[in-house]
Amino acid sequence: MLDLVPILAGTLAAGTPLIFAGLGELVTERTGVINLGVEGMMLIGAVAGFACAAETGMGAGAGLLAGAAAGMGAALLFAILALSLAANQAACGLALTIFGVGLSAFIGQHYVSYSLPGLKPWDIPLLSDIPFLGKVLFHQDFVVYLSIIAFGIVWWVLAKTRLGLLLKAVGESPEAAHAIGYPVLAIRYGATLFGGAMAGIGGAYLSTVYTPLWVENMVAGRGWIAIALVVFATWKPARLMLGAYLFGGVTILQFQAQALGINLPVQLLAALPYAATIVVLVVISRDRKVLQMNLPASLGKSFLP
Amino acid sequence: MHLLEPRAHPSQLMKWLSPLIAIALMLITGSLLFLALDKNPIEAFKVFFIDPLTSSYGWGELLIKASPLILIAQGLAIGFRARIFNIGAEGQLIMGALFGGGIAITFQGMTGWWILPLMVIGGAIGGALWGALPALLKTQFNAEETLTTLMLNYVATFILLYMVNGPWRDPAGMNFPQSIMFDGSTLLPILIEGSRVNASVFITLFAVFAFWLFTSRSFLSYQLEVGGQAPAASRYAGFSAKRTVWFSLCISGMMAGIAGVGEIAGPVGQLNPNISPGYGFAAIIVAYLGRLNPIGMVLSGFLMALLYLGGEAAQMSMQLPAAITGLFQGMLLFFLLGSDAFIENRLRRRAGAKPA
Repeated sequence: MLDLVPILAGTLAAGTPLIFAGLGELVTERTGVINLGVEGMMLIGAVAGFACAAETGMGAGAGLLAGAAAGMGAALLFAILALSLAANQAACGLALTIFGVGLSAFIGQHYVSYSLPGLKPWDIPLLSDIPFLGKVLFHQDFVVYLSIIAFGIVWWVLAKTRLGLLLKAVGESPEAAHAIGYPVLAIRYGATLFGGAMAGIGGAYLSTVYTPLWVENMVAGRGWIAIALVVFATWKPARLMLGAYLFGGVTILQFQAQALGINLPVQLLAALPYAATIVVLVVISRDRKVLQMNLPASLGKSFLP
Repeated sequence: MHLLEPRAHPSQLMKWLSPLIAIALMLITGSLLFLALDKNPIEAFKVFFIDPLTSSYGWGELLIKASPLILIAQGLAIGFRARIFNIGAEGQLIMGALFGGGIAITFQGMTGWWILPLMVIGGAIGGALWGALPALLKTQFNAEETLTTLMLNYVATFILLYMVNGPWRDPAGMNFPQSIMFDGSTLLPILIEGSRVNASVFITLFAVFAFWLFTSRSFLSYQLEVGGQAPAASRYAGFSAKRTVWFSLCISGMMAGIAGVGEIAGPVGQLNPNISPGYGFAAIIVAYLGRLNPIGMVLSGFLMALLYLGGEAAQMSMQLPAAITGLFQGMLLFFLLGSDAFIENRLRRRAGAKPA
């Protein structure tokens, strides 16, 4: 008989790195900055998190913090080039990814074939006793809960606060925001660094919790999927959550395919999340009106006042 | 924080000096890195950049590594000039290798002068198809080519893995995921005895000439550039932005596909999961570093090939991880973008002073 609990619970965990990286990129893009370096930032976060957890023995929690700091450092490189020097944002992001792939492999060389203890799930009192749902939703590692809290905060800030308004205003019209005295560059720096920290956490989650061992290039395109998710989400956090779990589900599918009676070779199943990303992009991009409803008007454009 | 202001007249000379500045900065940063690793930087640079070129074998290796990079970059540059960001050359290379490799496997053991040309044509078609897919998605469904081409890299990689693990696995290959070794009529002829330099160099040479002719002499090239940079203006003038997308993605896919055949019918000699050490991505840097100029890209292609060779040498004689090549490549692109920023812009005369 098909057991849905591991499939659904696994979906939540597989979606978690995408939520962190995706939320970070969403906030960055809302201020008009597109950072295509998410894959690189995630890899740098992943290797920093792994190294920290392996060297200090302080566990995944410390690894996540180190990942956040490293991701932020990587984002700073991008910001100096793309914001202060007004270089082409797409090219800078690409450079960051190429750099991140190299740097993480270089540092990670020492950790090939190491493994970490990982994290035990936390049972949320009472809620985890609910039949079925309790095992799916409330028997997870703490990072999964953290990702949901992060979602709540990002949603609240963007929708309900003055800061959110300011972020969006900078993304809509940096000229206007500058003219009325807002520090456009500082806000863009802040959002970009936030995006880096979130991508770093997403990467560190992969290397310290999700598969707690170091494998070269272990982010495996999730950074790019996170960027695609922001488009899919039409720059709205709630839709991003939905998208991340959808992709988490597709990822889990390859491990559960046999149980589900899907008889495809493993390699073709592994290609599914990437193919699904293309399909989703096509579906969402077809209608220009939907796509442009929340598209930050200055996305990708440099601003030198 | 506002360091820069746009220049009225960006310098043409600086446009060409900028790559040299970037290279210099990469070397300086590289020295610091070697120092941090407790290696003598001068010794390290000798190993990295000089030693590979002290033998004729080394020069041959340089040639066969530069050749695919230059070939792919020529195709990519057509798209980049038209603002079509194809970052899927790696997947297009793999698809070309799969199509060409499929032909090689089909005709293994047969002799005939037509087999190799057929493989090259097959590779061109495979790569072009893999480039046409994102073109279709962009022109019909408005899907960004940046993301679709990138995703197709992963899809192509998994198709390759499937083929070498499944239908095309060598039955006598000790269970390794690889195809049979190609030989005879399915291998490109070696040009220089004792090296691995093969006839694919001629394809690259021909391509450089053709692309030089195309970009410097043809009206179509101008149309493409306008079509990508100002779709509205080009529509007014009767050019089609859609045609620009199709043409640039198909042509760059084709070049990457041919480069893929060059690898499997040349130095690699079979289909296996490691047919490309990231040539598709490195070619992006080659294109930018060479200023999207057909001749400039030849120079930058050789530099990037040297980085690969140096990385291998450093791995063998200094126990440095091969990943150091990627690190240098990334730094190079960073510095290039940074130094380019000072061509378009200049430092504000008084820091912090705001124009009235």
